[in-house]
Amino acid sequence: MTKRFALGIFEDEDVLLHAVENVREAGVKIYEVFTPFPIHGIDDALGIERSRLPIAAFFFGLTGLSFALWMQIYMLGFDWPMIIGGKPHIALPAFIPVTFELTVLFCCHGMVITFYAISKLYPRWRTPVLDVRSTDDKFVMAIEVNENTDMNKLTQILRENGASEVNQKEMSKF
Amino acid sequence: MATLTHQESVTAEYLEVTSGTRKNFILIIIAGVVLLIVGVIVSLFGGGGHEAAEGAAAAHGATAAHGAVAAGHGGGEHHSSAPWLKRIIVSLWHNNVFFTGVSAIGTVFMAIQYVAYAGWSVVVKRINEALSAWLVPGLVIMLVVFGLNFINYDLFHWTVPGIMDKGNANYDAIIAGKSGFLNIPFYVIRMVVYLGLWIYFTKRLRDLSLSEDLNGGTAYFHKSINVSALFLVFYAVTSSMSAWDWVMSVDVHWFSTMFGWYVFASWWVSGIAAVTLCAILLKQAGYLPLLKDGHLHDLGKFMFGFSIFWTYLWFSQFMLIWYANMPEESVYFNQRLGGFNGQYTWLFYSNLAINFVFPFLVLMTRDAKRQMIMLKIVSIAILIGHWSDFYLMFMPGTMKGENGFIIEIGIALIFLGSFLILMTKRLAQASLTPIHHPFLDESVHHTT
Repeated sequence: MTKRFALGIFEDEDVLLHAVENVREAGVKIYEVFTPFPIHGIDDALGIERSRLPIAAFFFGLTGLSFALWMQIYMLGFDWPMIIGGKPHIALPAFIPVTFELTVLFCCHGMVITFYAISKLYPRWRTPVLDVRSTDDKFVMAIEVNENTDMNKLTQILRENGASEVNQKEMSKF
Repeated sequence: MATLTHQESVTAEYLEVTSGTRKNFILIIIAGVVLLIVGVIVSLFGGGGHEAAEGAAAAHGATAAHGAVAAGHGGGEHHSSAPWLKRIIVSLWHNNVFFTGVSAIGTVFMAIQYVAYAGWSVVVKRINEALSAWLVPGLVIMLVVFGLNFINYDLFHWTVPGIMDKGNANYDAIIAGKSGFLNIPFYVIRMVVYLGLWIYFTKRLRDLSLSEDLNGGTAYFHKSINVSALFLVFYAVTSSMSAWDWVMSVDVHWFSTMFGWYVFASWWVSGIAAVTLCAILLKQAGYLPLLKDGHLHDLGKFMFGFSIFWTYLWFSQFMLIWYANMPEESVYFNQRLGGFNGQYTWLFYSNLAINFVFPFLVLMTRDAKRQMIMLKIVSIAILIGHWSDFYLMFMPGTMKGENGFIIEIGIALIFLGSFLILMTKRLAQASLTPIHHPFLDESVHHTT
């Protein structure tokens, strides 16, 4: 599926932040903003809902916790019981460091993998980048357009709010 | 008036402690006194059938505590005070160590914020300053209670006369080996030095902060950073050493290298809980208009994180001792887990539940950290939890099996009431918002 975007290029993050507010106020729907670094307050300005990643993280952590406890209790308690230091086979305090580490490991990796997957940041043949300068020193505001969009008006709104250029780009598989 | 980007100005606002509030504080003290009297009466007349159990428990405690040195220390067991008097002395010490430690955290927190150039915490800075109001009475009470120890040596076994002299009936080789550090003159000097340093730096930072309110400018801020950095160096050493002196030397045969940090973590998380609770109560009373969700969120994160930090230290201490299982080390947990007929066992587990499981599960979500009611419940739980954590550090070593709760809670309420009177008094002395703090603007616009 091919999508067409109008790209407003900005030079400064403060200009961009106010532009985001003004453009949304003018009734234009912003598709996405690409910046070289995270900008404080841009989530609120764009009206992005809070991520549900923490919920996923909790369940990844819970998985790690259960796996670690199951693994140690099964291995040391049932599969191959050994007496270590005169402690019971299932000695919970001794299991806690491993349980903690596996909880953190599952949680972190689960979160990173989930984040990459939902952001489509996995390796691909052609990486869709709207404007490569957004990885260097430019701030790019992408607005999805179609045949009915009044490009002159949109360009004017972006220009008025401090965009240094306004380009158009078609992108497939985005 | 400080000029802000989005607001015209911030005006000074002063806390007014109404006579009703002051009456409530006095009521807390009166309730404490009543409980104390009730506790003494119960202890005097209710202890009839208790004697046999007491004797057995004491004997058990003695074997456990002195197992390693029983041979050298059999004959000269000294007489201790009547249970009610002993409980009062131990409880005074317990509460004073807890309240003084929490009080010092006010200055520590502020100093860390200065050194880190942190801006968000400016709106709660005055609460931290007020929290340290207990340090001066803390020093006085500590000296007095240390004096009370000499009535019958109820608090510190190592202060018993002759315990460090070879040939004396009281001689104890292990304690004598520690005489270079644990002797009475050096102990008192250390106590005065620790608290003297804390009081001096608290006063210095407070003075700079008040001068800043009057005159403005960044000079006071930069000076505060230098003072804070110096204070933190001293505090890092003295907090650890005060934990050995005031808490660990109660169990004088035993030692743990984790102990300084463990006690500090307990004070630190309680101090943050106290600041949070105070900020919420002030906000709900209509003060602190600049305090927003973001600040509460950060305080909540601190409580959440440092509850885990405390547990980490607690567990690090517990697991190594449990794993190695050497008698002279594991006696400490033996007394708390099943010792004295198991009367500390429930407290041992509830200590973990209230200080770790409860804050961990309740404050995990972002929303919980931004709701006043959740933070309020958790901060009260943490304060009670760490009070009983200190209870658990002191009681088995001093009271053995004769511990109780009525006298102890009574004295805790007396301390709480007095603490609140002093704290609100200092809170009312200056504007609740430090109007000329250079980072005030940042704090006002703090979002998380």
